Amino acid sequence: MLLFAGRQPSARLLAAVGGVSWQNFAVVARSLSNAASGAAAEDSDKLHVCVVGSGPAGFYTVDRLLKKYGGKVHVSILDRLPTPFGLVRSGVAPDHQDTKNVINQFGALAGDPRVSFFGNVHVGRDVALEELRRLHHAVVLAYGAESDRKLGVPGEEGPGVLSAREFVWWYNGHPDARHLPIDLSKVHSVAICGIGNVALDCARALLAPPARYQPTDMAAHALAELGGGGGGGGGAGRSGVRQVHLVARRGPVQAACTPKELKELLTECGVAARTSAPDQLEVSAADAAEMKATRLKRRVHELVSKAVADGAKEAAGGGAKELFFDFYRNPVEVLRDGASGAVTGLKVERTVVQAGGGGGGAPVAVGSGQFEVIPCQLVLKSIGYKGLPMEGVAFDGRRGVIPNVAGRVLKAAPDAKAAASSSSSPPPAAAPAAAAAAVDSGMYVVGWLKRGPTGIIGTNLVDAEETAGALMADAPALLAAGAAAGAGAGAPQGLAGLSGLIKQRRLRAVEWGAWRALDAAEVDAGKAEGRVREKVTEVADMLRIAGV
Amino acid sequence: MLRPILTSSASLCTSGASQHESSPPAEGTETVNITYIDKEGKEHTVAAPIGKSLLEVAHDNEIDLEGACEGSLACSTCHLIFEDEGIYKKLPEPHEDELDMLDLAFGLTDTSRLGCQVLASKELEGARVRIPSASRNFYVDGHKPKPH
Repeated sequence: MLLFAGRQPSARLLAAVGGVSWQNFAVVARSLSNAASGAAAEDSDKLHVCVVGSGPAGFYTVDRLLKKYGGKVHVSILDRLPTPFGLVRSGVAPDHQDTKNVINQFGALAGDPRVSFFGNVHVGRDVALEELRRLHHAVVLAYGAESDRKLGVPGEEGPGVLSAREFVWWYNGHPDARHLPIDLSKVHSVAICGIGNVALDCARALLAPPARYQPTDMAAHALAELGGGGGGGGGAGRSGVRQVHLVARRGPVQAACTPKELKELLTECGVAARTSAPDQLEVSAADAAEMKATRLKRRVHELVSKAVADGAKEAAGGGAKELFFDFYRNPVEVLRDGASGAVTGLKVERTVVQAGGGGGGAPVAVGSGQFEVIPCQLVLKSIGYKGLPMEGVAFDGRRGVIPNVAGRVLKAAPDAKAAASSSSSPPPAAAPAAAAAAVDSGMYVVGWLKRGPTGIIGTNLVDAEETAGALMADAPALLAAGAAAGAGAGAPQGLAGLSGLIKQRRLRAVEWGAWRALDAAEVDAGKAEGRVREKVTEVADMLRIAGV
Repeated sequence: MLRPILTSSASLCTSGASQHESSPPAEGTETVNITYIDKEGKEHTVAAPIGKSLLEVAHDNEIDLEGACEGSLACSTCHLIFEDEGIYKKLPEPHEDELDMLDLAFGLTDTSRLGCQVLASKELEGARVRIPSASRNFYVDGHKPKPH
């Protein structure tokens, strides 16, 4: 701890050298002050952990480990992208900048001397999971859910149908989605399947005036495509979108969206809200009872009802963009033009909601045999993300999660019979089938990959506490196993070994200082345009600007 | 053992940014005593300057209360439960925006508030606030037990 020897340098100087914003330096200082003799920590009992994925799940896990172990832990965080923060960068909507404030806390963690970030390192392609397991006492998988649930209907494959994940990645500048063939010039109506907050984010992006997104960090190519569309609002965008349909299988009380997001869509975007049929806001007696008991559900219903009532005062075709709440409609086919294959509409079946028919007694939608067509030229599927497997680890293909108990990875996925009690909650005592699979010692999982792809940033706090708690309970045994693996060559080497591997393979790893250079460049480029940042959207450009 | 580098220093404070400094109240500030019960059940009684939010006060005293969105009503991680219903009732009514975020909080109760929205006042003298911790049956995915 060279910097602290002798005189006290100013906090600002220390922060600048460490690449940590001065406001967050105290976080680092606070963690260090909890360290047991930081600089002089014995390496033999240091816990070496590798976290794969740098979103909230990964970072909150790092936070728990640092608080518990002080100077006796080192964590390497890997991300396959050069840029950190997972969905905070690529998922959170550009008009929700405050939600992104958490990156200040995460940035302070990454700048901590006990943490080493390596971006642009893809497990499986650049380093093998087996190598990480040999180099660390524990590996924590936190790489989220980068695939999608399917509708499973005819016409789903082909141009004009995208998952919401892809669309959101596209407007948030994720390099994997940069070149998606999204041409909104010929699109008048969009059907979004699903009515969670991600569906609302997509609806806002499609309907709001471009002024809403111009000062944000929405990717420039998306701003160009989405902006404009006739009527006021200026901007030279190509979008012809005038209507968005939120297509939900069940009713307003089962909708997964929340009041804050609904309110902003309905009051800040200049849209006229509508339903396609007068009975689409009706709720059952069971629904009414649930609304009475739960403020959130009441708010959702109130907001939608009021907006539709207000929207009715605006004549159709009057110039305002329209947002349709198509409750009780189940998608059954994507209709395409015979000759060109272009999407022309979404065929839906009217549903009736039956109480208690679904998992856990949830209301379930049942078809009525009556069909309609929602005309549209683009379909977005916002029906759920899905995790992807990693070679060398068990995987539950049905749920898209890594099988685990309290965050400890299991060696096999539970069978169908035990599936109901698996993975996301501690198994009841009398469930031998679920507990039968052995624990894969040293492997942990956290976040969407562990419990399924739902929840907000804060949901990962509780989750990370559980996984980190399991790791901490196992740590004495893991350290002992590491020591027994042989002094020197056999014992987990952590950062020293990982850095060696990265150098040996000449991997263009983006370390924290390099990310900060890219970060600063994006912010500077944004300043010139009055924007929060101008995102770099190609990996090659990211690496060049980061100086890697 | 290393000591925190940043001590109380008004010159280092900018509005809203310094959530994590350890800073005792400046001389002459009126304070009230607030007891935080942390996730491990440990009690911390601190002097809260009148007008400071309970989130800031927690951070000023190195109490482990999350504040992911840094007080901008874009999350619910600073959720606090008031142990004394009498004190809870004396608080100014929460804004609708706070209630909308509180609805998403883990372990919501009838005396829950967001720490970033409650300012220390004379009415809070002796208040005890609990930081909810994960229980065996923790709920994720937004599901909450019915408040009772």
